[in-house]
Amino acid sequence: MAVLVYLESEDNKFKKTAYEALSYGKALADKMNVKVSGVVFNCTDSDSLKKYGADKIITINDTDFEEFSSKKYSHALSQVIKSENSSDVILSSSANSKFIGAHLSGIMDTSFVSNVIDLPESINPFVVKRTCFTNKAFSSTEMISDLRIIGVSSNSFGLIENMNDASVETFNVEKVESNQRILKIEKETGSVTIADADVVVSAGRGLKGPENWEMIETLADTLGAATACSKPVSDMGWRPHSEHVGQTGKPVSSNLYIAIGISGAIQHLAGINSSKVKVVINNDPEAPFFKAADYGVVGDAFEVVPALIEKLKAR
Amino acid sequence: MNILVCISNVPDTTSKINFVENDSKFDSNGVQYIINPNDEFGLTKAVWMKESNGANVTVLTVGELSAETILRKCLAIGADKAIRIDCEASDAYSVAKEIEAHCQTINYDLIICGRESIDYNGGLVPGLLAGFLDYNFVTNCVSLEINNTKATCAREISGGTEISECEIPLVIGSQKGLVEESDLIIPNMRGIMMARQKPLEVIQAKNINAKIKDKKFHKPEAKSEVKLVKPDELDKLIDYLENEAKVI
Ligand SMILES: Cc1cc2nc3c(=O)[nH]c(=O)nc-3n(C[C@H](O)[C@H](O)[C@H](O)COP(=O)(O)OP(=O)(O)OC[C@H]3O[C@@H](n4cnc5c(N)ncnc54)[C@H](O)[C@@H]3O)c2cc1C
Ligand SMILES: Nc1ncnc2c1ncn2[C@@H]1O[C@H](COP(=O)(O)O)[C@@H](O)[C@H]1O
Repeated sequence: MAVLVYLESEDNKFKKTAYEALSYGKALADKMNVKVSGVVFNCTDSDSLKKYGADKIITINDTDFEEFSSKKYSHALSQVIKSENSSDVILSSSANSKFIGAHLSGIMDTSFVSNVIDLPESINPFVVKRTCFTNKAFSSTEMISDLRIIGVSSNSFGLIENMNDASVETFNVEKVESNQRILKIEKETGSVTIADADVVVSAGRGLKGPENWEMIETLADTLGAATACSKPVSDMGWRPHSEHVGQTGKPVSSNLYIAIGISGAIQHLAGINSSKVKVVINNDPEAPFFKAADYGVVGDAFEVVPALIEKLKAR
Repeated sequence: MNILVCISNVPDTTSKINFVENDSKFDSNGVQYIINPNDEFGLTKAVWMKESNGANVTVLTVGELSAETILRKCLAIGADKAIRIDCEASDAYSVAKEIEAHCQTINYDLIICGRESIDYNGGLVPGLLAGFLDYNFVTNCVSLEINNTKATCAREISGGTEISECEIPLVIGSQKGLVEESDLIIPNMRGIMMARQKPLEVIQAKNINAKIKDKKFHKPEAKSEVKLVKPDELDKLIDYLENEAKVI
């Protein structure tokens, strides 16, 4: 028995979600009294992993994994799982990790639980806590299989430093064929993405028109935040669809979510319920969002936001 | 081309979420069920493919009798045939196994699932199916083009889009973008009438054991009251965020 963590990287750097998955894996391994290993594809920055408690780092260095392929990555992981005799595999909730999680559980014919927010309540039976019903409820879920795949929800467990002098091993993968190939990746440059952001600044129809988003972007820049919006705003083309947050859009699980000129409809809240701290700025004290928020300012966004930017900059 | 669209029957987005039987079961009392929104985008796409190149569209749900209402709606939207695998959908694993068993009897070139369902939000069934069947797989799919046996797909990734190419058979996880919301087909009278003539087949389930079980549901604790800050006291807000919530 051992815990295995998939450590996602990009441009030779680990993502913050990878460190969070490793922090979770280490805590789980301690609870079960077993060792924790991390699997790394083509990333040489393994020293940074020692901080989060890995006992062993397994590196797969192969040009075959230069571009992401759910099938190739899943098959490679399945080989590591077998060779390590892993009992539990930890993944983050990034788009690619969720992609792999589902695929891998199909290949390994085993159980996968995503959106997990805490360490298991008990190991025998193995019961984890996850969110469900678009974050309107939690479930204590029992996993009934020898191999368990666990997807940890972003920002729910946090980073826990735990210095450990991990050994580093390379692993040779038996390759699988795939006729799937990437033609092109189009990235929006320079901006923080909603999925990776610790802070998200989001605005709604209360902003009146796309020309008023400059202050939202400035506020986001000041906080190192990603920008987001409500559904009508993206429907009307004021902002790109990729910013649409909510039940039918993207889920957000940031540490801080600032909602400006958003009423707080149930479908919007469904997407942000798992964010830790919510701040609302709205000129209507009756806006439902105030019931879901931790902090609120009843005021005109066009006055409050510029003043807030000034104060944050002066800090 | 043979297309299968997997449909999940989910509580309407505004439903009150409550639990019964000692918090072990979702309370469906008074809840209206709808086609999972992510599946509806996929279904519209499938109907378009039928209209443009004569694909055959089957919709399938794993569920009890009550799920037939939404299957009829799918037929009214334009699917040719509906299948219900008769059992209570207990977890993604057993649902995917039931669908896999059906896919062993009929060859589908394209299997469309939603990216995730809005009830249990697992995002599991499409990946499990692709893994079981060893089909190609693209989730978070925002565009799809099939020429002969070659599929070109776009997938939403963190901060952008990835375009890839592969051979069918293929499983996709569909979401908004595959078609736009304004493009969703709303059944008209003729569609509803025609749906009555279309086949709705009920298949016996294999009754596969679940691998995960919801033991107990909890609702979030009642939130403490919002702390209001006056517009001319924003220093206080910054202080809260810095020192109380410790998020900036
Ligand atoms: C099936 C379904 C799915 C949906 N999915 C989503 C989803 O995923 N995401 C989503 O966001 N919505 C979704 N919706 C829509 C949702 O119900 C709401 O209509 C939407 O969230 C409202 O957007 P809004 O808050 O920006 O606009 P509004 O409801 O118009 O609210 C604007 C707010 O701005 C405030 N305001 C106005 N002027 C100012 C000012 N000067 N300063 C400060 N505040 C101001 C107003 O008081 C008001 O509260 C969905 C709806 C349905 C039916
Ligand atoms: N009971 C079911 N019957 C048929 N398809 C399902 C069922 N449950 C889930 N699916 C499909 O799998 C997708 C993802 O569901 P989930 O894994 O539950 O998030 C859904 O959008 C459906 O396309």
